[in-house]
Amino acid sequence: MPNNKPCRKVFTETILELAKIHPEIMVLATDSRGSVTLNEFAETLPEQFIEIGIAEQNMVGVAAGLACGGLKPFACAPACFISARSFEQVKVDLAYSNTNVKLIGISGGVSYGALGTSHHSLQDIAMMRATAGMTVVLPCDNIQTKQLTEALVDYEGPVYVRMGRGAVEDVYSSPVPFKIGKANLLTDGDDLTIIATGETVIIAQKAAAELKAANISVRVIDMHTLKPLDEEIILKAAEETGHIITIEEHYAKGGLGGAVAELLAVNNPTPMRILGIADEQTVTGDSAEVFQHYGLTVANLCQNAREMLA
Amino acid sequence: MDNLKDLTTKATKIRINLIKMIKTAKTGHTGGALSSVDILVSLFYRIMKIDANKPDWAERDRFLLSKGHSVEGYLCILADLGFFPESELATFSAYKSRLIGHPTRKVPGIEMNTGALGHGLSVGVGMAIAAKKLGQQHRVFTLMGDGEQAEGSIWEAAMAAGHYKLGNLVAIVDRNYLQISGNTEKVMSIDPLADKYESFGWNTLDVAGNNISELCSTLESIDYSGEKPTVLIAKTTKGKGVSFMENNAKWHHGVPKDDEYATALAELNSFLNA
Repeated sequence: MPNNKPCRKVFTETILELAKIHPEIMVLATDSRGSVTLNEFAETLPEQFIEIGIAEQNMVGVAAGLACGGLKPFACAPACFISARSFEQVKVDLAYSNTNVKLIGISGGVSYGALGTSHHSLQDIAMMRATAGMTVVLPCDNIQTKQLTEALVDYEGPVYVRMGRGAVEDVYSSPVPFKIGKANLLTDGDDLTIIATGETVIIAQKAAAELKAANISVRVIDMHTLKPLDEEIILKAAEETGHIITIEEHYAKGGLGGAVAELLAVNNPTPMRILGIADEQTVTGDSAEVFQHYGLTVANLCQNAREMLA
Repeated sequence: MDNLKDLTTKATKIRINLIKMIKTAKTGHTGGALSSVDILVSLFYRIMKIDANKPDWAERDRFLLSKGHSVEGYLCILADLGFFPESELATFSAYKSRLIGHPTRKVPGIEMNTGALGHGLSVGVGMAIAAKKLGQQHRVFTLMGDGEQAEGSIWEAAMAAGHYKLGNLVAIVDRNYLQISGNTEKVMSIDPLADKYESFGWNTLDVAGNNISELCSTLESIDYSGEKPTVLIAKTTKGKGVSFMENNAKWHHGVPKDDEYATALAELNSFLNA
């Protein structure tokens, strides 16, 4: 993947171009312009950039105030801090007050794998999706991050976006229609469905290819939007394939798997497996090592699929 | 409204209305609501540019009740000004009423949902930056409690307001020295409060917060196009206007019994007739 970038870099390049034609776009950072890759934005459009210092609570409140004034704030910080440190501001100033603020959480999940639990964000999806009024989106690659960033400009209301730190492989070779709240069917199949979100989508896609070679027909759904959940595509997959595996860079409880299980338990109980991070003090290492440790791998996904169909 | 005597009469009427509202609803933050009435009356009837017929008017001055639990006086004033029908006050805290125990944007004239403490100043900073960025002349007023000053987020916001030289932002601290557990200086001391704000780059003004004349002249003296945000440390009496509620933390949240209610209204009515 020679030309691939971290999604945060695609976000900052895209928002810079959009901000040039949308003067109402404001970008906020918490001493995070380096980690978010906002230096060029801050230098090119200083009037549309607000440095808040290391104060995530204040950043979210200020963003709400800017939105009340008719501006379109994008508040950017590492996902671990923007989701947890400022959660009451998210709940009250964004979700409850329905302010038009976009939160961009970068280096999410276990991107900062070796830095420890303080720097992991493995409960952010659970917190955000449990909050009435929030929209939650995890883009999976460069193309989708660009599409999402463009879509956010005209999407009303508060949104939490989480993306990772490292460069990612392409899931999409060219843009397919993207709509917040509408999942993408990546691969069709009849035997089993894998539902993935964010940077685990590529793992699902590779596992489906490997299983196809073994004559197992796997459907793959890119669930980029966790809230509002595309219920229709999940219910259809349960009905037509009868087996569901979810995979996510998040605690296995409360995230994508939880959302899918809540839906299916009530509407169409379906055999499921939920692959995610165990409910324990997370092992540390680089993010690939942490993924390997918790089985967020092509091999483990294939093994779970085979076991379910045995 | 220009006449100071009229404003003082208005404040007494608002106090009567809010006590009636709390009595009807059987719930309310009586003490803090009473202490902040004169501040609200000064802002809403004299200082702020607002228009009940145009609640979304872009040039209106903005008000944020960061101490959201003092919503009662705020609602009575908005009703009196015509933002919504005064008869609706009888629905305060009732099932599905939009008049709940904290401010919400469902009510015309209310800018922001508040209730959790320590949020209003950050939102005010954002509004003040937005006004400057868009070349608008309106001002942003945020009323906070003194117990609320223990919230760390206030000091994040105070730092940013000083850093960005937000002369169009005014914070008012309802300094009644009482929070729900007792005296603020015993619960978690916040003095010297003015020095704290001053060190964060603010203009600081001490004012008698139950004296409408002094409040108005102080608010009129501020340079809103200047380079410093301003904080008014408004010394007030919790429970102001009802003798047995004054300076008594028990009335932070409390509904008067029938005899107390009669006494409270009699006392307030005597000011009207004086």
